[in-house]
Amino acid sequence: METVSTTIPNPLTIPEQKALIDSIIERNRNKPGASMVVCTELQNEIGYLSAPLQEYVASELSVPLSSIRGVVTFYSFFTATPRGRHSIKFCLGTACYVGGADQLIEKAEQVLGIRIGETTPDGAITIETCRCVGACSQAPVVAIDEELFGKQTASKMPKLLKKYQD
Amino acid sequence: MTLLETHEKLTQIHKQAVLDFEQKRSSPDFQIQGSDELKGPTEKEVRVVLRNSGLIDPYDIHEYIAKDGYLAISKVLQSMTPEEVIEEVLASGLLGRGGAGFPAGLKWRFARGAQGSPKYMICNADEGDPGAFMNRLLLETDPHAVIEGMLIGAYAVGSSQGYIYCRAEYPQAVKTMMHAIEQARGAGLLGNNILGSDFSFDLEVRMGAGAFVCGEETALMSSVEGRRGEPRPRPPFPAQSGLWRKPTNINNVETYGNVPQIILKGAKWFASMGTENCKGSKTFALAGDLNKPGLIEVPFGITLREIIFEVGGGIKDGKGFKAVQTGGPMGGCLPEKFLDIPVDYKSLTAAGSIMGSGGMIVMDEDTCMVDIARFFMEFTQDESCGKCVPCRVGTRRILEILTRICDGEGREGDLELLETLCREIIQDSLCGLGQGAPNPVLSTLEHFRHEYEAHIYEKRCPAKTCRALIKFVINEENCTGCTLCAINCPVNAITGERKKVHVIDPDICTRCGICESVCNFNAVDII
Repeated sequence: METVSTTIPNPLTIPEQKALIDSIIERNRNKPGASMVVCTELQNEIGYLSAPLQEYVASELSVPLSSIRGVVTFYSFFTATPRGRHSIKFCLGTACYVGGADQLIEKAEQVLGIRIGETTPDGAITIETCRCVGACSQAPVVAIDEELFGKQTASKMPKLLKKYQD
Repeated sequence: MTLLETHEKLTQIHKQAVLDFEQKRSSPDFQIQGSDELKGPTEKEVRVVLRNSGLIDPYDIHEYIAKDGYLAISKVLQSMTPEEVIEEVLASGLLGRGGAGFPAGLKWRFARGAQGSPKYMICNADEGDPGAFMNRLLLETDPHAVIEGMLIGAYAVGSSQGYIYCRAEYPQAVKTMMHAIEQARGAGLLGNNILGSDFSFDLEVRMGAGAFVCGEETALMSSVEGRRGEPRPRPPFPAQSGLWRKPTNINNVETYGNVPQIILKGAKWFASMGTENCKGSKTFALAGDLNKPGLIEVPFGITLREIIFEVGGGIKDGKGFKAVQTGGPMGGCLPEKFLDIPVDYKSLTAAGSIMGSGGMIVMDEDTCMVDIARFFMEFTQDESCGKCVPCRVGTRRILEILTRICDGEGREGDLELLETLCREIIQDSLCGLGQGAPNPVLSTLEHFRHEYEAHIYEKRCPAKTCRALIKFVINEENCTGCTLCAINCPVNAITGERKKVHVIDPDICTRCGICESVCNFNAVDII
């Protein structure tokens, strides 16, 4: 269970973010199954679903907090803590695994000085593994923000990552 | 886009669209955007459900209409009763393309006959199998075919609301589908009184959030309902009690994609392709150690050998074929002796694998089959929803044993224990995830038992892949001192001066294999 850090900014206290949050909730509150839709949009727009935000959503949608927390902890796309400015994901689908994805990961960990799941100290990059992105004929694939880079090798990693190291 | 309030209007627009399409295509400036993933069909292939893919602009509904798009729903609304639609789909022999292979027409009949209202249509676009990208390609290149298939199914079943549940890992497919729905709505092909009839149907896209189990139909419905993606026991089946406990018909993207042509060209046409028990064609995602990976569409009955060596161009780098993994993480690994079986649902199951949704990963001689079993188990263990004990706990126990074996700590009795655990988990799990997770283990135990035994009794990995059981050593005769290995080593385990033989420090080396893959002089040996 992750601890709630007091250094995580609370988007509900930032006026523009609060307005965005409220518009997302308003637009979707009457949809059947709204919890998933709201959490997805909040994850995309705000970047994380912290504990205070989960409480707010539960109260606005009139569902138990446990239900929202259950959804946030179940699905791997939802995170309760902020990620780096750039999200670098290494696909570990079968074709990418067979194509040497683990070598890409080892090299990237060396270049960035962090392990999978961690964020660089300057907040620029978070590296993670991800499930198959469906670009299997281009294996192994690295997904950076919403772009896919196929047919990668360990030796290509330093150059590829440099662009995102602010 | 003009509003198509009547069938006559659609006929008019269709005529114009055909002319516009031909004109556009004959212009010297026109260029079709090719794709690395879907090339023109090779000799053994067909283009049935993929007939429009790569040939029309998925962002322009007129181009879909030019290819006889929406003429099927028009025909249905003008001249067929729901029962007649169901009969036609049944007669075509269309089996669900998501993996279970259940007759689509029968599913529609059950939903039609179920008590309760409203009734829902769901398109399962959660294609979570690693190695599968058939649905993604269809959604991105011909979204309207799926919309039209759902319209026809909705009419047959008696539904007026549908959902397309698409995995979040496919943002492009989501964008393309949402745009297509907007266009269809704008044309009056979705919404109230479609083409002037009293049939109304609308569609909404819902996204997944990174849970493989949501490809299971009842878990998918839980997700649409805004909850954790946990499956439910069946019966009752979705046709009787599905989304919000109402009758629901859920089919795969490719199943719906086939429907418009079945209506336009007839059940007999569709049933003329394939085999006695398995009609039509199937898309497959070919990946792995192949010369020509990519999306293919072939008639059922073609052999694995033809797919891998003719359509797929054979094994890369002149290496030997070891196994083909079909059906995703719930499937099996088939060795050389199965290369001549016909590809259809029954034959693949009889061979110890499954069709699944169509992923096909080809593995060469350098693949360790114990490691592959471990890889799949790591995946399914992580994706297990946790609701039932056999899957939640059982997959973890299997993973522990497989990991020990790969680490050189296998013990007497491990293989028998694995087999017992696998059989029990298959028997007792709540849903298809647990019921299928042991399949890769069982199939590799059956066909590659000698590899397991080498790991356990000889502490040796025959494919030289399992890191705990191999060592990387520089070949002094071949090394030219080019320093490429040292530069690329992620842990700085290699030392040596330029033009002098290099040395790997075995205490630092993590056996990642990067040095071996970058060396141009065959100077890295794996022992």
